[in-house]
This record gives sequence, structure tokens and C-alpha cells, in this order.
Amino acid sequence: MSQNPVSSGAPADAALRVVAKEAVAEGVVALTLRHPTGRRLPDWAPGAHIDLVFPTGLTRQYSLCGDRWDAHTYRIGVLREPVGRGGSAYVHDELAEGDVVGVGGPRNNFPLVPSQRYLFIAGGIGITPLLPMIRQAELVGADWTLVYGGRTRTSMAFRDELAAYGDRVVVAPRDECGLPDLPTHLAAADATDTRVYVCGPGPLLGAVENYCAHWPVGQLRTERFVPKDRGASLRDEPFEVELARSGLAVTVSPGATVLDAVQAAGVNVLSSCREGTCGTCETTVLAGAPDHRDSVLDDDERSAGDCMLICVSRSCSDRLVLDL
Amino acid sequence: MFAPAPILPVSDADPFALDVLEDPLPFQADLRDAGPVVYLQRYGVFAMGRYEQVHAALTDWQSFQSGAGVGLSNFRYETPWRPPSILLEADPPHHDAPRAVLAKILRPRALQKLRASWFRDAEVLVDQVLSTATEFDVVADLAAAFPLRVFPDAVGIPDSGRENLLPYGDHAFNAFGPANGLVAKGAPRVAELSGWVNEQCAREALTADGFGAQIWAAADRGDITHEQAPLVVRSLLTAGVDTTVNGLAAVLYAFARHPEQWAGLRENRTLARTAFDEAVRWESPVQTFFRTATSDTEMGGTMIPDGKKILMFLGAANRDPRRWENPDAFDLARNPSGHVGYGMGIHQCVGQHVARLESEALLTALATRVESWEIAGPVRRHLNNTLRSWESVPVRVRLGQ
Repeated sequence: MSQNPVSSGAPADAALRVVAKEAVAEGVVALTLRHPTGRRLPDWAPGAHIDLVFPTGLTRQYSLCGDRWDAHTYRIGVLREPVGRGGSAYVHDELAEGDVVGVGGPRNNFPLVPSQRYLFIAGGIGITPLLPMIRQAELVGADWTLVYGGRTRTSMAFRDELAAYGDRVVVAPRDECGLPDLPTHLAAADATDTRVYVCGPGPLLGAVENYCAHWPVGQLRTERFVPKDRGASLRDEPFEVELARSGLAVTVSPGATVLDAVQAAGVNVLSSCREGTCGTCETTVLAGAPDHRDSVLDDDERSAGDCMLICVSRSCSDRLVLDL
Repeated sequence: MFAPAPILPVSDADPFALDVLEDPLPFQADLRDAGPVVYLQRYGVFAMGRYEQVHAALTDWQSFQSGAGVGLSNFRYETPWRPPSILLEADPPHHDAPRAVLAKILRPRALQKLRASWFRDAEVLVDQVLSTATEFDVVADLAAAFPLRVFPDAVGIPDSGRENLLPYGDHAFNAFGPANGLVAKGAPRVAELSGWVNEQCAREALTADGFGAQIWAAADRGDITHEQAPLVVRSLLTAGVDTTVNGLAAVLYAFARHPEQWAGLRENRTLARTAFDEAVRWESPVQTFFRTATSDTEMGGTMIPDGKKILMFLGAANRDPRRWENPDAFDLARNPSGHVGYGMGIHQCVGQHVARLESEALLTALATRVESWEIAGPVRRHLNNTLRSWESVPVRVRLGQ
């Protein structure tokens, strides 16, 4: 049989092991994740995030903030949300080194575009997607500045990593210096055709978006993690897949992919990467609610729910009807 | 000079010799049997013919870079014949933005808009061919004709000069190999053809609704730079024609040689999609690509030194019996998923969905009309350093009801 590591039969991104958990600031832990068998993880680029799937069925998105040249681990930073719905509390209080956690993605709705100059603006935990962007800007020799705001110095993660960049980084804890002087930074950025990347809490994004309302499309790039309403829950139980054209029905067990189940039923579906990145196995969904775990579809397509990548995506509903 | 380790098999065969290009299968079998990694003395490069290593090298962009060129020429030490492709001959981070832009423009959902018109175009072409003769050449009359009819329109380039696309692509793919007679043959026209292709990449040359215009619109949004836009269009024009022509020729040749498989497709038209990928596995249009080691890198028990070129035989991997059961058979009952004919990993062919759609349209149109067909004369290969290509595949058809 094949030695092909992508044909292992298990969803490529179903479960990763927590190999390190460390406190990196007040209320922030960094997790390092690795595949239980040590295989390569799907590639990613700065701005990408993964979904963590919690035992409650809740999923949360976390930006990858590690090194993309390391193909074997993902690193994320998780802030304990005081008024959250339990995801971050679970990470902080329950999830331990050695545990296995459900992971989806990576997907990238916040890609770093080429530019001579960047202004990065982070609020609190919003620093995470910007860390690999900064490394990349440095690598290509772009001119960049980071304005990093937060509540207090001790609540601001990854400051030691950023210290190496000297005065390119403006650290502005609110209890020491009040709010960062965004208008001055943004005016300078506008004058020099700088790409502006902002990630942080809603009020920060709102303030920047207001200021930049008249800017050309694409100059300002923001990321907001809107918690997704995925219906009831991601399923741990098996679900039914009905193949409309073949008149067959198959059951997809928790450990198998839809693709495997469909192929086991004798229906040939082309696939290629088997990790939700190439789009080859894209299949039309006639009924049911897909649980998208790919990195190809954009948010509109995901919410439309009329297609899915069956190599990694699963079902929110008891039954899916596919055009196969 | 690099001294190969004692366990490293060494070969003095020339994979770019004309007789090997004419029929690469015996060489590929020897290469696979010799070991997971083989040193090709003649060119001072490492070679891989087994699926496991080819797949691993394609996937590991960190260790095996593309930015030093995916041909024999090593851009660390040599000047490329044209400005390098910002997709194929680039590594992260420079590769990210152009790839993301093109992937979005060419993804299956975006191509849905073309589907109906390409299916109609295929019917028209097939009707034209079949109404004039029951003997014809599938290479010239279908495999080359169909992409040249639909793809340049989809990109948005003007009608005049389209005949330049095939010789330009032919030379570009020859140039990935050594500077042999095939490259010399194309050299006299390089300046003229490159000039023409570059002109088509300018915003003014492109229609407002094609892939080309969408690439320029991405530059307006700042997703890529305006300097990158014409190079992304160039990638479409370089990589989108010859490869598809040869992929279509491969699938048509495969069916002409395997009438029972054609009968199977006629019974079950949904096999049209599988058929193309099985043909890409079986007669991989892109046979080889190089990578360059980014550091001293272990592969298949061999240490490949930093800066050394590695030649990956995609075609050999796709017929590796360690991976495929009965690999030399063209068999629609097989699931060809996972073949490396489009590459794998971050450089996996971004236009694969376009090629599949073209093939599906053409095969569907043919399946409606043609009951059976057979090879009607000598098949002639077209030799190219990188592509598995045909000059002529004459066929005789019997039409259905």
C-alpha cells in the first residue's frame, strides 16, 4: 500500500495534540499543536487562522502566530474572555499538554498583500495574526511600523519577541499612555501609500475604519472574528449522506471523512490534497447543513451552504444530500 | 565537486535524450528500481522517480525551493532566459499573493459561469469535425483546437496572434530542460514570441470580462502589485495552453487505445471527470520539474547538499507500482486521486479546474456522437524536454445514433 501521508484515511485536520501550553501574558496562553503522528500540517500564510473545536461543540477561530517554515507545529495565542461563551475558559482551565483537540482549517481571510510599507495596528490579543506578518515584512525588506495597544503592559503578549525590532514597535499600554495616537499614524500611512493591517477589539476596528472611510479600497485591511453561528453544534455522532444521483445512502462515522464514506460506497469522487486546500473534491450540496472545514471557500460561500469540500468538511445536520 | 555517497545509485542515463523523450517508460522504470534517490551524473543533479519521494519533495517547499528555478538552470548562479514566473518560480512569501489571486479567479465556483458556454462550444467543434470526416487527427482537430477556441477568450486576449501561444509554450517547457537541440530549435523565435506574449498581458490588450481583467482588478485592490499583474497574466498564457492541449490529447489517445473504456464512459457520462485525471496520471503532460535544496536535506536515505538541483519525475511517480495497482493500465474503474500530474502542495497546478472543465466539455460532446473509434495510422510524438506531447494521433470513428 501507499506510503502517501495524505491518504491516511483520517481527516487531515481533525485532531491535533497540545504539545506545549505556556502563559505569555496576564490572561493569555500560547498553545503549540502538533499532529499525533508528527506528520506535516497543512501550509499556511500570515493572517491565517484555525478553528478549535471544543467538546461542547463550540468552535472558535485563532490566528496562527508561529513560524510557517515549521511544517509540524501550529502556534496560537488564546485570551481568556471574561464574558465569553466558554471556549477560552476551556482552553485556560481544562485543556492540558498532551490533550488532543479538534482543529479545522487553516483558512485565510486576512492575507498579507505585497507592499513597500505597512502600518500594523494591534489591540491586545489582536497582535497574534500580525506577528507572522511582521516577520514576513522584515524578510522581504519592507518598511513597517507596529502600534500595539493594550490595557496594561503585563496584559500584552509577545512583547519580548517584538523587543528585537526596536523603535519600529510602538507599545502603548493604556494605563501608561492612554489611547495610541491613531490619527497621526494613519495620516502618515495615507500620505505614503502604506497598507494598513488592523486586528483587535471592535471599538479599535471601528475607530480605524471611520478614519479611513475615504481611503481607496484595499489600503486598509481588517480582521474581525465574528463568532460563527454553525447551527446546533458540530457533531460527534455519525451522520447520513444521501447521494442523489446514485440513489445511495452512506453513514459517515466520526473518524471517517465524507469522501472516504462516499468512495467506500463505490462512488468515485476526485480528490487531490485531502486537506481542504485544492478544491478538487468540491461537491454540490442539495440539502442539509455542511460543517465547512476547508480553506478554499470564502465566508459568503460557506454561509450559502450549497457546496462543500468533502475531503475535510462534515455535517451540522443529521443528513446531507449531495449531488453525487 | 560533489562526491556521491556509496549507497547512492548513480546513473549516466540522459532523461532528455531524444529516444528517452520518445518513450520515457523504460528509463522511468530503471530509475524507480535503482532507488528512492538517484544521482544523474550527466547533469550533476539528484533524481526521484518513486511516488513517495516525489510527493514528499513536492509538498516540502521549505526544503525544496522553486525560486531557484524549476528547470535545470539554477537561478542562484545563472540568469533565466526570461523574468522568472512569480508563481511557478517563486517561494513564500513572494509566492503567496499571486497564487491567492489566481486561485480565486480559477476556482471551480468561479468557472461555473463558463460551463454552459464551453459545453456548447465543445458540441459545435465536435459537430464541425464529425460533419466533414470520420477520419481525422485528434491532436490538431480536437486537443489543440478546443483550448485555443475557449481559453484565450476566457483570459481575454484578442484573436490575432493566438497561433503564437503553442510555440511559446513549447519553448518555455523545453527551456526547463538542458540547453539541447530542442531548446536551440526554439531559440530563433524567442524574442518575437516573448514580445507578443508580453504585449497580451498589458491591461489595454485584455477584454473587460476575462481572467486577465480580473487579475488587473486584483492589482487595483492592492491584492498584488501593478508590476505583478502582467506576470500573472503571463503565467496563464504560458502554463494554460500546451499543458491542456497535451492533457486532452492524452485522454483522447487513451480512449482510442482502450475502446472498452470508451464504452464505459458512454454508459456513464459522469466518468468524464475521472477520465481526464486518469489520463493525466497515465500520460502525465508535465513529466518533470526541478527543485533546489535549501540546505543539506535528507531524502530517501540520501543527503542532498544545499543548492543542488533535484529532478522529480512526476510521470514516473504516477506509474509507480509501489503506489498504483497495475499502473500502466488506463482504467476508469481506478480512482486516480492523489496523482502528482498537477504537482502537489503550494505549487499544485492552479489551473487544474480549468483543464478539467475543458476536458469534461469535450468528452461529453464526443460521447454523445461517437460510438467507437480506433487509431487509424501511425501515432507520432512531439518531443519536448518537459511535456509528454503528440504531433499526431490519427483516428477513425464510428458515429452513434
